[in-house]
Amino acid sequence: MKDITSAIQIIPLNNYIVLSMALFSIGLMGVLFRRNIIAILMCLELMFNSANLLLTAFSAYHSDPTGQVFVFFIMIVAAAEVAVGLSIVVMMKRNVESVDINLLNHLKW
Amino acid sequence: MVDPIPYINLSWLVPAFPLLGFLVTGLANKHLKHNLAGIIASVMVVLSFAVSVSLFFILRSSGQEAVTVTLFNWIAIGGMNIPFAFLIDHLSLTMMLIVTGVGALIHIYSIGYMHDDERVNSFFAQMNLFTFSMLLLVMGANYLVLFIGWEGVGLCSYLLIGFWFKNPAYNYAARKAFVINRIGDLGFILGIILIFFTFKSVTFSEVFSQAASFHAGSPVITLITILLLVGAIGKSAQIPLFTWLPDAMAGPTPVSALIHAATMVTAGIYMIARSSILYNLAPITLNIIILIGLATALIAALIGLKQNDIKKVLAYSTVSQLGYMFLALGLGAYSAGVFHVTTHAFFKALLFLGAGSVIHAMGGEQDIRKMGGLRKKMPLTYFTFLTATLAISGIPPFSGFFSKDLILSKAFEHNIILYILALGGALLTCFYMFRLLFLVFFGEKRLAGAHPHESPKVMTVPLLILSALSVFGGFLNIPSLFGGDSRFSTFLQSTVQTNASEELSHSTETGLILGSLLLLALIIVYAYRLFVSKAVVPAKDGESMPLFSKLIYNKFYFDEIYTAVFEKPFGFLSDFFYHKIENTVLDPAVDSIGQVTEHAGTLLRRLQKGNMSFYLFAMVAGILLFIIFILIV
Repeated sequence: MKDITSAIQIIPLNNYIVLSMALFSIGLMGVLFRRNIIAILMCLELMFNSANLLLTAFSAYHSDPTGQVFVFFIMIVAAAEVAVGLSIVVMMKRNVESVDINLLNHLKW
Repeated sequence: MVDPIPYINLSWLVPAFPLLGFLVTGLANKHLKHNLAGIIASVMVVLSFAVSVSLFFILRSSGQEAVTVTLFNWIAIGGMNIPFAFLIDHLSLTMMLIVTGVGALIHIYSIGYMHDDERVNSFFAQMNLFTFSMLLLVMGANYLVLFIGWEGVGLCSYLLIGFWFKNPAYNYAARKAFVINRIGDLGFILGIILIFFTFKSVTFSEVFSQAASFHAGSPVITLITILLLVGAIGKSAQIPLFTWLPDAMAGPTPVSALIHAATMVTAGIYMIARSSILYNLAPITLNIIILIGLATALIAALIGLKQNDIKKVLAYSTVSQLGYMFLALGLGAYSAGVFHVTTHAFFKALLFLGAGSVIHAMGGEQDIRKMGGLRKKMPLTYFTFLTATLAISGIPPFSGFFSKDLILSKAFEHNIILYILALGGALLTCFYMFRLLFLVFFGEKRLAGAHPHESPKVMTVPLLILSALSVFGGFLNIPSLFGGDSRFSTFLQSTVQTNASEELSHSTETGLILGSLLLLALIIVYAYRLFVSKAVVPAKDGESMPLFSKLIYNKFYFDEIYTAVFEKPFGFLSDFFYHKIENTVLDPAVDSIGQVTEHAGTLLRRLQKGNMSFYLFAMVAGILLFIIFILIV
C-alpha cells in the first residue's frame, strides 16, 4: 500500500488534475456530439474514470483511504449502469433497427 | 249576513280562468279540433266575467271599499317583503268588468272571424294569455304584480300583432310595438325602483298612506310621477311614443279591438288613476299630462282626417281618445278619465269589430276608397257601426256624449283655451268618423267583383250587445244637469282621489253643450254633403294635394322624423363603432392576444421535441451555468 501511495506521489498533483479534466472533457464532448448510443455509453465510462482517477490521486496525496474506497463504489455503480444501458441499446436495436439516438423521438406527443 | 271575505278571497279565479284556457289551448293546440280552442277560450273569459260580476255584488253588499287578497309571499329578502296579492276595490273591479266583459265578446266574435285561419288554436291561446296579463295588471295590489301584467300585455301584443308572421311588414310592426313599449317600460321600472327607494314598499296602500307626509310639489314625488308617466305614455300610445299603435293594425282585427278597447292601451290610464294620490302631489306632472293629452288628441285627430285604411282611421281615433283620457287625468278628473275608458271600451270595440265584419265581407279589403254602399248589404253591421259612430262623436244620449262632455266641462273649468282646443278635437273626431261611415256604407259600390254579405251570427250578436252598451253605457254616470247622481264617479271616489274643483253652474253647462251640439250637427251635415251628396272620394295615393293635407296624409312625418333623429344617428353610431372601434381596435387586440400565445407556444414547443442530444446539451449547459453562477457569487 505504501509503495502504491509513494508511486502515485512521484507525479505531481497538477498533472493528475489536468489529465482527468482532459478525460472528462473528451467524455463530455463525446456524450454531447456523438449520435451512436454505444459511443455515448463509452464516453460516459470515460467521464466516470476521469473522476475515479482524480479521487485516487487526492486520496494518495492526503493519505486518506476514503477516496479509494469511493472509487470501488463508483466502479460497481458504473457496471450496473452499463448493464442497464446496454439492455436499452439492445431493445433500441430491435425496435428501430438503429443505434442513432436522434431516432428516439417517438415518445413525444 | 254571511261574511263576504271568503268569497272575495276567491277572486284569484278571475285571472285563473284565462290562464287555464291559455294552458289548455296553448299546450294542446295541435290536438284540439279546429274550432274547439275558440270555444274553450271564450268560455273561460265568460266564466271569469261571471266571477267578476259576482265579486262586484259581493263587495257592494259587504259595505267594504277595498279588500286585499294575498295569495302567497312572493319576495321576502331582509326588510323587503312583497306579497303576490290582488287588490279588489272599485277601480280594479271596474277595469276587471271591462276587460272580461268586452274581452269575452271579442273572443266570441273571433270564433267567427278567425274561422278559416289555420293557426286559430294558437290565436286563442295568445288571446287568453293577453286577457290574463291584463287582469293581473289591473288586479295587482302592488306595483310589481302590476308590472308583471304590464310586461305580459307587451309580450302578447307583440305575439298577436305579428300573428301573421309570414308577412315581413307585420313582423316589423310587431317589433316596433315591442321596442317602443320597451322605452316606456324603462321609465316605469325606474319609477317603481324610485318608489321602493322612497317608501320602502311597493304595495299601493302603504305607498299612498306614506305619501301623505310629502308636501305637494316635492321633487321626489314629481320625479316618480314623471317616470311612471313615461311608462304610461308608451303603453297608452301618447305623443311622442304613439307611432306603434297605428302600425299595430297589422294584427287580426279582433286583436286590434282587444288592444284598443279592453286591454293594453288602457293600462297607462289605469296606472295613473291608481296612483292618483301621488299625481295630486305633483302639479308639474299634471300639467305635462294635460299638454301631452291635448297634443295627442289634436294631432291624432288631424291625422285621422286623411287616412284611407278603415283600421288606420280607427287607430288614430283611439290615439286621439286616449289623449282625451290623459287630458282628464291631467285635470285631476281621474274618474272622468276612467269613465271615458269604459265608454270608449264599448264603442271602440264595437267599431273595430264592425270594421272586422266589413273587412270579412269585403274579402280582406281595408281601403275605404274601394268600399261604399254597404248599408243595404250589411244592415246589422251598418246599424251597430252607426251607433258606435254617434257614440264616439259625442251625440246625446249615446255613451260617448256623457264621458266626453264630462272631460270638456272639466277643461272649461280649468281654462277656456283648453276647452276650445279640446272641443276642436271633438269636432275633428266627429268629422273623420262620419267620413268613414259615409264612405263605407253610403253611396255606390266602388269595388267591382266584391260580393259583400252579412257576417254570421257568432259575429253579429257580440256587435249587437256592444251596440246596446254603446248606446246606454253613458247612463252609468248621468251628471246632475240631467237630474242624475253621477253614480260612476261616486263609485270610484273611494279609490281615486279627484282634485276638488268648483262645479259649473247649470246654465253655463247647458250653453256649452248646446253650442257644441250645434257645431257637431254642422259638421255632420258638411260631411254628408261632401261624401254622400257630392260623393267625393279621397284622392288616390301619389296624387298631388295642398301642403297641409299632405302633411296630415303623411302623419306629420312622425315616423320619418324618428327615423332621421333616432334611427339614422343610431345606425351611424353602430356603423362607426363596428368599422372603427370593433374592426380596428377590439378585434385586432383580441386576435393579437391569441397570436402571441400561439407564437410563444411554438417557441416553447421546440424544447420538447424529443431530441435526446438537445436534452443532454441543455442539461450540460444548465450545469455549467450553475457552476459559473456559484463561482461568481
